[in-house]
Amino acid sequence: MAGKTIRTIPQERTPMPVQDCHARGMNFAEVALGYDEDAARREAERCLLCPDPACVKACPVSIDIPGFIERISRGDFRGSYDALADANLLPAICGRVCPQEVQCEEVCPVGETLEPVAIGRLERWIGDHAIEQGWSTVPYIEPRRYRVGIVGSGPAGMACAADMAKAGCDVTIFEALHRPGGVLRYGIPEFRLPDEVIDAEYANLERLGVRIACNTLVGRLFTLEEMVGKLGFDGVFVATGAGSPRFAGIPGDSLNGVLSANELLTRCNLMRAREFPEYDTPLPLGRRVAVVGAGNTAMDAMRVSLRMGVEEVSCVYRRTRHESPARREELEHAEEEGIAFHWLTAPVEILDDGKGNVRGMRCTRMELGEPDRSGRRSPVPIPGSEFEFPADIVVYAIGTNPNPVLGQTSNLKLDKRGYIEVDEHLATSIAGIYAGGDIVTGAATVILAMGAGRKAARSMKAYFGVRDTETVYELGDQSATRFGIPVFEKNHTRVLAY
Amino acid sequence: MGREDFSETTYMLEISDPMMAHVARAGQFVIVVLHERGERVPLTIADFDRERGTITLVIQAVGKTTRQMQQECRVGTRLFGMAGPLGKPASIGGVRKVICVGGGLGVAPVFPQVRAFKNAGAYVIGVIGFRNKDLVFWEEKFRRYCDEMIICSDDGSVGIKGLVTKGLEMSMDKHADTDRVVAIGPPIMMRACTETTRPRKIETIVSLNPIMVDGTGMCGGCRVRIGDDVRMACVDGPEFDAHTVDFDDLMSRVGRFKEQERQALERWTNNGCNLRTDCNRQSS
Repeated sequence: MAGKTIRTIPQERTPMPVQDCHARGMNFAEVALGYDEDAARREAERCLLCPDPACVKACPVSIDIPGFIERISRGDFRGSYDALADANLLPAICGRVCPQEVQCEEVCPVGETLEPVAIGRLERWIGDHAIEQGWSTVPYIEPRRYRVGIVGSGPAGMACAADMAKAGCDVTIFEALHRPGGVLRYGIPEFRLPDEVIDAEYANLERLGVRIACNTLVGRLFTLEEMVGKLGFDGVFVATGAGSPRFAGIPGDSLNGVLSANELLTRCNLMRAREFPEYDTPLPLGRRVAVVGAGNTAMDAMRVSLRMGVEEVSCVYRRTRHESPARREELEHAEEEGIAFHWLTAPVEILDDGKGNVRGMRCTRMELGEPDRSGRRSPVPIPGSEFEFPADIVVYAIGTNPNPVLGQTSNLKLDKRGYIEVDEHLATSIAGIYAGGDIVTGAATVILAMGAGRKAARSMKAYFGVRDTETVYELGDQSATRFGIPVFEKNHTRVLAY
Repeated sequence: MGREDFSETTYMLEISDPMMAHVARAGQFVIVVLHERGERVPLTIADFDRERGTITLVIQAVGKTTRQMQQECRVGTRLFGMAGPLGKPASIGGVRKVICVGGGLGVAPVFPQVRAFKNAGAYVIGVIGFRNKDLVFWEEKFRRYCDEMIICSDDGSVGIKGLVTKGLEMSMDKHADTDRVVAIGPPIMMRACTETTRPRKIETIVSLNPIMVDGTGMCGGCRVRIGDDVRMACVDGPEFDAHTVDFDDLMSRVGRFKEQERQALERWTNNGCNLRTDCNRQSS
């Protein structure tokens, strides 16, 4: 049959090398080492290149997944990167932190009989390869007179900034902390996402002409209304993240030694407390750390504690392993590294050593009852099952509440819980101001935040009435050049790193 | 950046940041990062000059970073980062007679409040306390905006002998119609003032200074117990109704890194920091 070839795909998913689980518990180097070229090409062979790919629909930013994978198997890595970067500015980041097993990889038809194609690992390999080679996709940008301000330099802000810059707008990102990256910087530890990767992706943004203003807390230095008013921003995207950590509200919460996962991670990642006293910020953790919660933040907090030299790190979670909202790979890595998991356990009181420090927790055993609104069976305490759980530090990783600053300082309409209310285009109650990411949805994932950033960019472009450069330059003559840039390249200049 | 030294340990920095100076209000604070490896230090704004575009901070060299700042910050130095103004501004309106109490270093951050109350038309009584005569600063500045002023010193070398609570008692005796007391200083002094005003049921505001990391409501490190609630000093404060503050909790939490602070300071001192014993008087 002409034009049709029948091929057999490699049956086994190509494994990704990881650092030995004993060695890595002692260092902050990356755990998952990523594919090499051979492994990537072998894994790329496993893609069936479905004509109506389910994975693209399952991807929050609709990456052309078969497109980029097919180019890997052909050896056209640059083409693969371009296809990827078209939809996703941050492949090296998303390849590392996306929960692919519940998105693209979940619907992969290969996964019906075998392990699904390792889309995330391939994405990461291309992203890393591009950083190594210094590739970045900078299209020809026609400047327009619109100015866009972005509040928050995390994944949602970055995605929106890239799209608006590509549409020719003058974009400034405002960040309250002293380094950009938001949760990528302060939250996700280096052994999952090295700082160099964030820096490289930020360098790409700067090549697009995006400016970044750190140390700027919007709401206090200037308000949202002032941004669209006298500061002259035509559009504003609010992507401040979920913000404020939750505490359990049980006796002993304010003892020394009880901290939020946010504080632990910020001290370690952003402030580099792990290098104290080389760096000024301390993070004493004692001998035994107990982390309450079992999501991704909890996994990060536990694995950071382990690497800070804590002898006994435990996880206390009121449901079972099955209900844990963590990414599977993180949960497995945490287990391998020797973290003790105590499922169906919940703290009822934090115990005092008499000097205002933590000495442990009083916990109760739980059992699963009826399903709650989230569809998970809700835990119920077993009467009389209380016991003491020794710990020097108790870390809460039980979710967040919205940060109150923008609510206090603007007239933005909030919902009952304090999150920003938006319509289906992510427009807020104030014209020209859009919002997305965790500050709208509550704590979610990096890729969903990026998806929101891109969606807000689309809405903002429609609001301004601007089209993407690419659409504007569909010229008839393919050999034409415009400002010295060949049009057939779709106005992409391939810029090498300095 | 401008600088003036008040004593061997207390110094004033005047930092140029026109945008921040334009919006800063009494009661707010900034976070300063001295250098790339530095910690984020919250400092209450001691003064701001909208016309010259400067923010003034008065700092006591006690820990590693504040000593390093004392040594390194000179006229013309650039800070690695300063974020602000942070926190809710003080509420000034609707007060006819107010006593502003500043103890030790707390004298500096109470000044913008004195000025704001005065400009809002209130009758302002200033009570400021120092350990001794040599440590007094900004007396003139206070006299300009206070309708009445009492200086207290521990040894009686200036003003009345006694703690600020004594000055506070005296003022309250004289002015029974006081609407509000604002007290800023070390936690122990704020607690003493709170207990002084409690029997008289006069509204009392204190500015809390717990340990912070980000200062934007993200880490929860600065949580304080206010009545039955837990609040974040950085975004819900730093000012709170003194009669609802759990000072024991605050004082215990302020000391939570004592050991690490000592270690950092020791290490820095041993690494040839050339602690200067003379104090160079410089002004902007």
